[in-house]
Amino acid sequence: MIRLLKILEFALSSLARRKFKNLSIIVVYSFTIAVLASVLLLTHSLKKTALAVLVDAPAIVVQRLVGGRHELVPISYSRIIEKIPGVGRVHPRVWGYYYDSLYHVNYTLLGINKGQRRFAMVSGKTLTTDEQCIIGQGVAGAQHAETGMDLLLIDSKGVGYSCEISGTFKANSNLWTNDLIVLSNEALQGFFGMPDGLATDITVEVFNGREVALVAQKIKRLLPDTRPITIDEILHTYTSIFNWRSGMMLTVFTSSLIAFSILAWDKATGISGEEKREIGILKAIGWDTGDVLTLKLFEGIIISVTSFLAGISLAYVHVFLLDAPLLMPVLKGWSVLFPRFHLVPYIDGYQIIVLGFLTILPYMASTVLPSWKTAITDPENAMRGV
Amino acid sequence: MRRTSCFLGIIALFLVHLALLSLHSRRVQKLWRENELPETRKLVHRLALTDVALWTEARYTRNPALADFFTPFQDFPAAFEHFPAGSIIAPTLPAVDSRLSIDTTTGRTRQ
Repeated sequence: MIRLLKILEFALSSLARRKFKNLSIIVVYSFTIAVLASVLLLTHSLKKTALAVLVDAPAIVVQRLVGGRHELVPISYSRIIEKIPGVGRVHPRVWGYYYDSLYHVNYTLLGINKGQRRFAMVSGKTLTTDEQCIIGQGVAGAQHAETGMDLLLIDSKGVGYSCEISGTFKANSNLWTNDLIVLSNEALQGFFGMPDGLATDITVEVFNGREVALVAQKIKRLLPDTRPITIDEILHTYTSIFNWRSGMMLTVFTSSLIAFSILAWDKATGISGEEKREIGILKAIGWDTGDVLTLKLFEGIIISVTSFLAGISLAYVHVFLLDAPLLMPVLKGWSVLFPRFHLVPYIDGYQIIVLGFLTILPYMASTVLPSWKTAITDPENAMRGV
Repeated sequence: MRRTSCFLGIIALFLVHLALLSLHSRRVQKLWRENELPETRKLVHRLALTDVALWTEARYTRNPALADFFTPFQDFPAAFEHFPAGSIIAPTLPAVDSRLSIDTTTGRTRQ
């Protein structure tokens, strides 16, 4: 133990002799790990948040397809679906998208039944008439509107449409409601010019979660022109968007990994003449190959473990305390209405361990291998740098 | 052994910092689960929402869970994506077991 501590002391002294070089390696190494870990933490947090909330999404969403494209669905379909055993509430949804050419933003318009009891996460009142609406924070920001004011839109006939803002969704629901304008079903059907008896899609409640796939099969058999989307598929979509293989992971992860590979390659392709001389002197004064390798292993561990811990700490602070300012532009893309939200700090231990293996081990290997090649050569040749 | 103590001290500080961050994570998660999650789930349930409002550029980025199967190829196969979100949402979402198809000869459904 004492021997190892002494070798560690020697390794630290050896690193301190080349402090600027080693400090710059630690800075670059920590930055690379911080970028990788930030992407991991951000995507994992978004995935966990989405999956935790979407558990209460509709069990089945039934769309109608015509010519392979999504088409309005007859409300009469809901009466057929209702008769399937195990099915609870069947609700035709009216919703759609609206491009606001004045502010160059896209909104999502959603219809609900008037006179529903008050919504959670809404400040203001619920809808009581067709001339009222509830809007998300993003819409309120874009339109410079607030509760009590009128929201002005252009309907499908090109005529101005005005509704009183009866409430706004609270900021902590931004991830779900930022671009949302909620109107009554009747008002929205009129706004979009939808024919009577049609809806955008139908949501289906299934009493027993294990019967969802079976009910979906029955819907498909009874109504062959429909596409039932089950809750499992919705959850699966979010799992695959934010998993290891997602586009974002691939783009950022690959470039960071390439940067790290260059760093490791530079180390692995050889050690400096000064380091060779140092190994030669150590061997000449009686150190054996095992001691030299332990020394170099310690040097690798000191740099990689320090960088790893610093990188992970930086990533956590960046993502969860500062709300990922460096990654948000990547997520935002061309979205004009991008929600402001706080990420829930979920940490996946498995991902952190994998990241550790992917970064610490290659660096240590690239430190030890060239040193081993020098350590097994004759001390005189090593000192001469041959 | 001065340098060793100093180095081990720095590592210990990092570990303590990470332990504190982990505690912070658990605490914020607990608060979110107790205060915000039930309300958000209630809202999502009542409005029957299926997607997060992250990408509002196009219908297939706003509601990826409900998009058409061929959405990534709506211009032409292997077309460059218009929107940056297209590089975040993988272009091919692998099918899951519950995808349905109809056997037209027998009328049976299979999973």
